[in-house]
Amino acid sequence: MLQYIGKRLLQLIPVLLGMTFIVFMIIRAIPGNPAQVILGQQASPEAVASLEAKLGLDQPWYTQYFEFLAGILTGDLGESLRTRAPVAQEIWPYLAATIELAVFAMIIAIIIGVNAGIISAWFQNSWFDYAAMVVALIGVSMPIFWLGLMEQWIFGIELNMLPTTGREEVRNPVNAITGLYVIDTIIQGRFDQLGEVIRHLILPGIALATIPMAIIARMTRSSMLEVMRSDFVRTARSKGQRMSLVVYKHALKNAIIPVLTVIGLQMGILLGGAILTETIFGWPGIGRYIYDAIGFRDYPVIQSGILVVAFFFVMINLLVDILYSVVDPRIKYD
Amino acid sequence: MKKGKLWTLAVLLIVSMVLAACSSGNGNGSEGETEGENAGESSGGSKTLVFGRGGDSVSLDPSRVTDGESMKVAANIFETLINFGEQDTTLQPGLAKEWEASEDGLTYTLQLEEGVKFHDGTDFNAEAVVKNFERWANGDADTFPYYQSMFGGFKGDEGHVIESVTADSDYTVVFQLKRPQAPFLKNLAMTMFGIGSPEAFEADSDGFGENPVGTGPFKFVEWKRNDSITIEKNEEYWKEGLPKLDRVVFRSIPDNGARLNALITGDIDLADGINPSDQATIGDDENLQLFERPSLNIGYLGLTVTREPFGDKLVRQAFNHAIDKQAIIDAFFEGAAEPAKNPIPPSIPAYNDSIEGYEYDPEKAKELLAEAGYPDGFEMELWAMPVPRPYMPDGAKVAEVIQKNLADIGVIAEIVSYEWATYLEKASKGEADAFLLGWTGDNGDADNFIYALLDGDNIGSNNYTYYDNAELHEILIQAQTEVDEDTRNELYAKAQEIIHDDAPWVPLAHSTPLLAGSADITGFKAHPTGSDILSNVDFN
Repeated sequence: MLQYIGKRLLQLIPVLLGMTFIVFMIIRAIPGNPAQVILGQQASPEAVASLEAKLGLDQPWYTQYFEFLAGILTGDLGESLRTRAPVAQEIWPYLAATIELAVFAMIIAIIIGVNAGIISAWFQNSWFDYAAMVVALIGVSMPIFWLGLMEQWIFGIELNMLPTTGREEVRNPVNAITGLYVIDTIIQGRFDQLGEVIRHLILPGIALATIPMAIIARMTRSSMLEVMRSDFVRTARSKGQRMSLVVYKHALKNAIIPVLTVIGLQMGILLGGAILTETIFGWPGIGRYIYDAIGFRDYPVIQSGILVVAFFFVMINLLVDILYSVVDPRIKYD
Repeated sequence: MKKGKLWTLAVLLIVSMVLAACSSGNGNGSEGETEGENAGESSGGSKTLVFGRGGDSVSLDPSRVTDGESMKVAANIFETLINFGEQDTTLQPGLAKEWEASEDGLTYTLQLEEGVKFHDGTDFNAEAVVKNFERWANGDADTFPYYQSMFGGFKGDEGHVIESVTADSDYTVVFQLKRPQAPFLKNLAMTMFGIGSPEAFEADSDGFGENPVGTGPFKFVEWKRNDSITIEKNEEYWKEGLPKLDRVVFRSIPDNGARLNALITGDIDLADGINPSDQATIGDDENLQLFERPSLNIGYLGLTVTREPFGDKLVRQAFNHAIDKQAIIDAFFEGAAEPAKNPIPPSIPAYNDSIEGYEYDPEKAKELLAEAGYPDGFEMELWAMPVPRPYMPDGAKVAEVIQKNLADIGVIAEIVSYEWATYLEKASKGEADAFLLGWTGDNGDADNFIYALLDGDNIGSNNYTYYDNAELHEILIQAQTEVDEDTRNELYAKAQEIIHDDAPWVPLAHSTPLLAGSADITGFKAHPTGSDILSNVDFN
């Protein structure tokens, strides 16, 4: 097992390296000059040229690329061209905000998605099955920005139940320690703030959960349908066991592998692709951080930001692969 | 085992949600109520204003950056030697209570307020002012970009306007210039030249933007990047009874619709960047009020004179007659703008009101086109801005109206657009036939519009039309050093006539950007430069 993990980690190197190269080339292929953007419309061409030299942007691309790589090897993700802060230091609060939201959304998506899939499969072709699958289809095709604004309108404005933007009640701000506010407020025993933090998570969490929830539900249903046709389930059912026992004790274990794969992939997507949700709900996450950096041509932030997201993506998938063997002992990595 | 954990987590989650929902059933977010419920102990004070805006600041050291969102916060932490008027760009006392210019316009003597302290407890005096200017003058374009733009360079540069800054006494500062600079005092009033504590920036010049120390009505507290910036009342503020608020939180909410939603639910108290089309919604809501920011901008259609057929003045004049500005304003600015005829807004004293704008007259436009040798029109590209700006709320829609107007005179325009940084770069290289763009003034001076946008010196920079008129250039250079205000205004009046006749632009509109706030806000006055000083703001 350890050997397998080691091998997989080694395989990461060419993947991440290739990714940095592609990102590096693409962002330099688009027109637009970071020095000009930093200095603003007022700047003279001489000022722009001198800043380019200072930032090393006048160097040939391969020099810049190898400097970037050399930096990464020493743990240096570069310095934001815009804020002049080291990316490694700047990135964590954004990443924490996104992780918190993505985990929250994933919990919603898994609980509802898996159970809806199971019930649909158990009562195949029932009204519930049809309804759930229609809802799932709508969920997959729902434009997030529309859903987000509708949520704000219904739950924020009309019902006045939930806050519509941000991570906290800014009039009673959370004292950030880890950057994960749910954990921070628990550590500090501020349960009034914990309530506020969770209230702020609900609307963006639901918006973000919609698509993975629908995908998980559909995957669980089809996977369960297959397993339920197998002999051991028929045996269990014919013994007259309760549905919950058959499903959760016998069938789900065998059906969960493809669902786990989907969950892993979706989690990776949530980490990097929550830009729309983050924009609508004013959520200071990493998607918006990178997106804004593109507008400002902040090369180090784009490069390192995408690298960090990609790293998490492949790590989650590795974790999922390891989980396979935990869930299903028949799967062995030797 | 794993399943069990999952369920425990789920149950915990649901319980905490229910608890959370029960514990804070706050009402419609009007100030007093939310505070009393759950904010009490930690924020301490009772009056917190939450100001929602489109983006985060880049740095809170205003001399290092050029973006408006940084200035908006810095204007409340730092004070300038000279202030702008409450809602205009007239010169008012700031940290300097009075000032005097010599006859030749080369020496400015400023008398400073006494007894003012920086937030770190050190004294504000002439020495501090000198140190601030030395810090900037010894910088470079990378560190202090605006200093270069406004004062012509840095120490040792030929273009640098300031010869020396000296402390004549504890509270007298003397600026000696190399040559007269007409907008000199206006430059001093810009937020970017707010005076910081020398002790703080000498200790850590690079970190000053994260821990700004000024003399302003509010002190810096905390910055959560891309989320919120919190400043609190400066209890030692030298102006009696100010500021009235205890705290201000600047929140970034990028989406205009979401920001308005947050205002309606009471999550924020004041919102910047209101869509003109939302005016009616706000007007109908008795809990809200609308604020107008006086216009200091111009939205225009630029015609690149180096690209045929726009080298021909008749074609450019024809375009000026062809476009129905009023229709554009009615449809997309919802009336929150006035039609433009000059490159500077009417709030600037040098505005030439005697100029007759080109009226909307397609027939006349066709005649001019025929005279220029294009009786059947021609084909061209029309560039539409990809981002909303106060001077251009919806570039794509405005471009569609212009496209239709041009079709009426036989010109076939294909609308194209690029991502914003690309758009600016390509336009600055003169790659657009005709392009939508605009400008918001920095210091309310005509030079900051006309010279920056239409002088030959700025081709490749902000003169995107490549328009270059030698006579105009001479006038603009003369006006830069002319100290007498009336003579200077006459020069700009003449400059506007030349531009009107040459017509490198179709000036479209001067918009009044909109803000909205909860109805109980008092004392808020939106400043044309976009840097709103909040010391007089209060809640009813």
